[in-house]
Amino acid sequence: MRYLTDRKRATGLGSARSGTGHFWEQRVSAIALVVLTPLFIFPLAYNMGDSYEAVRAAYGNPVNAIVAVAFMITAFLHFFQGIQVVIEDYVHGRWELVLIITTRLLSAAFALIGSLAILKIFFGA
Amino acid sequence: MADVERGNRPLSPHLQVYKWPLNMGMSILHRMTGVALGGVTALVAIWFLALAWSPEAFALVNGLMTSWLGWLVLLGGAASAWFHFANGLRHLVWDTGSSFGQRRVQRTAILGLLASAILTLVTIWVAASV
Repeated sequence: MRYLTDRKRATGLGSARSGTGHFWEQRVSAIALVVLTPLFIFPLAYNMGDSYEAVRAAYGNPVNAIVAVAFMITAFLHFFQGIQVVIEDYVHGRWELVLIITTRLLSAAFALIGSLAILKIFFGA
Repeated sequence: MADVERGNRPLSPHLQVYKWPLNMGMSILHRMTGVALGGVTALVAIWFLALAWSPEAFALVNGLMTSWLGWLVLLGGAASAWFHFANGLRHLVWDTGSSFGQRRVQRTAILGLLASAILTLVTIWVAASV
């Protein structure tokens, strides 16, 4: 039993039926990445090319590990929010649906791969 | 005849003679770098997976990532990330309804390009310093 009136259910949602929700969520992940991107890239660049032991030690550090996990999750969230809009602009019909679902699942997979790997390194350090 | 002046009218911009505004290139690059960043970040995730897996797996993946081709991909990734970062800041300002004036758009575009170039150079410097 819905307590919303038909009018109330439709107001502000527009033809896409989801209103500005997607746009808004993408801004939130963008703002998070303004902070996380520099904090992630500089240590990564610093450690790239170092020995196995040195890189393990670097991501055993709590600050590096927390930033890296947060970056992996937020970056892939922002990626599928963005790629969905790109696909919606250029691809239509069945392939639109296939590509949106595929990129969404791949984003979730890589967010999990990255963050679980970093957590394992962090807890193993 | 109604159409007698047709030949003297100004023509609408045609692709071959149309001078692209800088901001159009910025917009296209923003999308392209965004798509590319998904791929490069996935590679970095695999690098972390190898690091968590075993020294042998890390040696393999790290060897590929630090080959000349790997460094080239990482450099492209860093440049893409900083461009998307700088241009993304412009977008966040625009989302507040501010800075839409023609001159200001032109100026922040150049500023964004400069900032992403400088940040990329700093990243190369950080990567090179051991």
